[in-house]
Amino acid sequence: MPSDLVHLYMRIDHLPQIWCPGCGNGVIMRDVAVAIDELIHDEENSINREDIVIVSGIGCSSRAAGYLDFNSIHTTHGRAIAFASGIKMANPKLHVIVLTGDGDCSAIGGNHLIHAARRNLGLTVVCFNNDIYGMTGGQYSPTTPHGDRATTAPYGNVDRPFDIANLASGAGASFSARGDVYHARETIDIIKQAILHKGFSLVDVYSICPTYYGRKNKKGDAVEMLKWQKENLVPTARYYSMSEGERANKKLIGILSFNDYPEYTEEYARIIALCRKAKKK
Amino acid sequence: MKNERYEMRFAGSGGQGVILASVILAEAAVIAGLRTVQSQAYGPEARGGVSKAETILSREEIWYSKVTRPDFLLALTQASLEAYTKTLAKGAVVMMDDSLDRPAGLDGTRVIAIPILHTAKEVVGKSFTANIVAVGAINAALGLFDDESLVEAVRRHIPAGTEEINRKALDAGAALISEEQAAAFAQKLG
Amino acid sequence: MSKTVLMQGNEAAVEGAIAAGMRFFAGYPITPSTEIAETCALRLPQEGGKFIQMEDEISSIAAVLGASAAGMKAMTATSGPGFSLMQENLGYGAMAEIPCVIVDVQRSGPSTGLPTSPSQGDYMQARWGTHGDHPVIALSPASVLETYTLMIRAFNLAEKYRTPVIFLMDEIVGHMREGVELPDPGKLIINQRKMSFHDGANKQCYFVPEGEYVPAMKPFGQGERYNITGLAHDESGFPVNSSEIAGRLVKRLLDKVEKNTDHICRVEEIEMDDAETAIVCFGGTTRAARDAVNAARAVGKKVGMFRPVTVWPFPEKQLRARLPQLKRILVVEHNHGQMLLEVQRCVGGALPVGFLGRIDGTVISPRDILARLGEMEGMHHAE
Repeated sequence: MPSDLVHLYMRIDHLPQIWCPGCGNGVIMRDVAVAIDELIHDEENSINREDIVIVSGIGCSSRAAGYLDFNSIHTTHGRAIAFASGIKMANPKLHVIVLTGDGDCSAIGGNHLIHAARRNLGLTVVCFNNDIYGMTGGQYSPTTPHGDRATTAPYGNVDRPFDIANLASGAGASFSARGDVYHARETIDIIKQAILHKGFSLVDVYSICPTYYGRKNKKGDAVEMLKWQKENLVPTARYYSMSEGERANKKLIGILSFNDYPEYTEEYARIIALCRKAKKK
Repeated sequence: MKNERYEMRFAGSGGQGVILASVILAEAAVIAGLRTVQSQAYGPEARGGVSKAETILSREEIWYSKVTRPDFLLALTQASLEAYTKTLAKGAVVMMDDSLDRPAGLDGTRVIAIPILHTAKEVVGKSFTANIVAVGAINAALGLFDDESLVEAVRRHIPAGTEEINRKALDAGAALISEEQAAAFAQKLG
Repeated sequence: MSKTVLMQGNEAAVEGAIAAGMRFFAGYPITPSTEIAETCALRLPQEGGKFIQMEDEISSIAAVLGASAAGMKAMTATSGPGFSLMQENLGYGAMAEIPCVIVDVQRSGPSTGLPTSPSQGDYMQARWGTHGDHPVIALSPASVLETYTLMIRAFNLAEKYRTPVIFLMDEIVGHMREGVELPDPGKLIINQRKMSFHDGANKQCYFVPEGEYVPAMKPFGQGERYNITGLAHDESGFPVNSSEIAGRLVKRLLDKVEKNTDHICRVEEIEMDDAETAIVCFGGTTRAARDAVNAARAVGKKVGMFRPVTVWPFPEKQLRARLPQLKRILVVEHNHGQMLLEVQRCVGGALPVGFLGRIDGTVISPRDILARLGEMEGMHHAE
């Protein structure tokens, strides 16, 4: 029996989803649904379900748009953030949430990611980051670690990887954070903050791909891969209580950068008001 | 107008404002109730390079939008002067900056050589007004439009607050044309 | 003082679009279309509309499709190189049935080519640039005033048929200034897309009644919760792997234009009533053709001009209707022979079809056309 959450926010007719057993994407999709549900029922910050638009690109992650029962648009490969920019500009009251993957958002769509971050356009980008191209069968992505194997890196990956959360911070994102599959509660809270954040927000959520990345790199099954996340990805409070030595090779699950730069559509509304005033004179 | 179609070409280097001169004369034509088509050709450079603009005037509908045999040529650089004197219509008037050398074979009786660039810099006080000086001189020589139409045309294409210096440039340009020249080169606009 | 104003073709494209209700523009600067972006940046906020300069042409058309899905009339403008980059999302717009207008102010190619020089080399790209079989409507203006009025029609067609419309300009018209008297805004006919009025989740948003071709749906975020995808989808908007449903969808998308060519296809015919020779041309080339027709008529030659205003779909019915009276056709375009192929297809060998093209960035003159006509007549008499 599907849970209440599934009944409420997923398109039951279109389930089960196409993801492999053990894939982390289902957990991240659920995190997004829980975050939205909690915000809908949050008395202080209540958001309207009809104001949510889910935008996705192409890849395993991007199928999530079809399963989530909101206004949803499944666009072209890499371009979800650009479509989302138009939607947000057209109707700034909408909560526009982009569900994307590491390849979709940092390879073919990397340019759109950094420019949306720079503009501080009020989108929320949730990246399902599994270090691999799953839909096409296991090719290396911009986040595949150096030396790891993929079908297009049979001798080990020569590239050096992106850290997507840091990339967004560097591009000027006013909210950049990292989540993972294992730390679901923490990740849900981060996604909630990202949705409520007025400017551009990015949450790079580490997923797991036992089928391609895990198998190619002898990372074990889904349980083993989650165990790795538990041991190496550290939520904020604990991370900052650790010594520098303890932090080596560990990654923070939490907010990397946060500021209150002016949001793009609000800035543009100011320009419209200015022009209107000049016209009246 | 003598011809059904009066073709004007304005040539210089990028940044001299010959396109704007061409646009202002087209604007004046619209204000005066004439038909006009204005176009330009230019290279990739914003400054330097060759810049060519064209304005066609007529009482009839104008279709082909390019100038083939100009009845009038304004040239502000040696290169453009030499390039475009080869395709002039019979009886065409050439206005050139007097710092340029008159190409061999160009009939001196149809040439107006005047210090446009010098006047902009020394009389008006701003080099960038050379195109407006030229517009003033062209209209004084050819007698195309009344003063009011021309001043309004200029106003529509300059930043607010620069009306005075542009008026000065127009007048300084007109002052470069003698009464004899005005009488010799006037176009009958009816 | 008259109401006539001096206006550039590129400016007229913006003013026409604003008159049609366009309130969102996303674009990337490229010669010779840049004045369209600049004018939108200046004018749109004055009308309560929005302008954004995107990071490239791919994101420009994506943002346009996003804004249109959310209910705004939206436009982008570019030239050949940028038009190439837009092709994938142009197909998305056709598949997902999102109205918009894409302006291509053509310049000389291929590749970076001659950026400031005119061309009409994107005629076939406008039809076949994106992958797969898809509907295309493309219009091409020949004057500044027509740029204004035809742009309104471009938006009307986009809205009526829920499909991207390509506004195929060229440098000749885009960078030309003419005196124009704009029509009274109160007298314009402005179409809006069909919208459904049922609320609630997962209605059959792509449902189309028997005998109709265009679905009705509310803009995104206005209560009718649905899914949009570029995958083959059923009437609910969800992806399917059924060849039957996919085939039916693509057929309907094609039919929506093909079955409505009588409404979509417009031509301009000059001196065609008794013409024995027809000059076929479009866009900026028309300017030289008009003078050539006048010059030929002045010496008693029965020459007319047939100009597709709707360049895609090619107005074949209108051209076929003229074939019985004609002895020859001369196709004139600033490319190496693209619309020529459509004309040849329609004529099917019934008449001699001559061609005059230009691929060096210079403009074909009336004299060039008259010379080519003379050659053709000479050949004809010799036969």
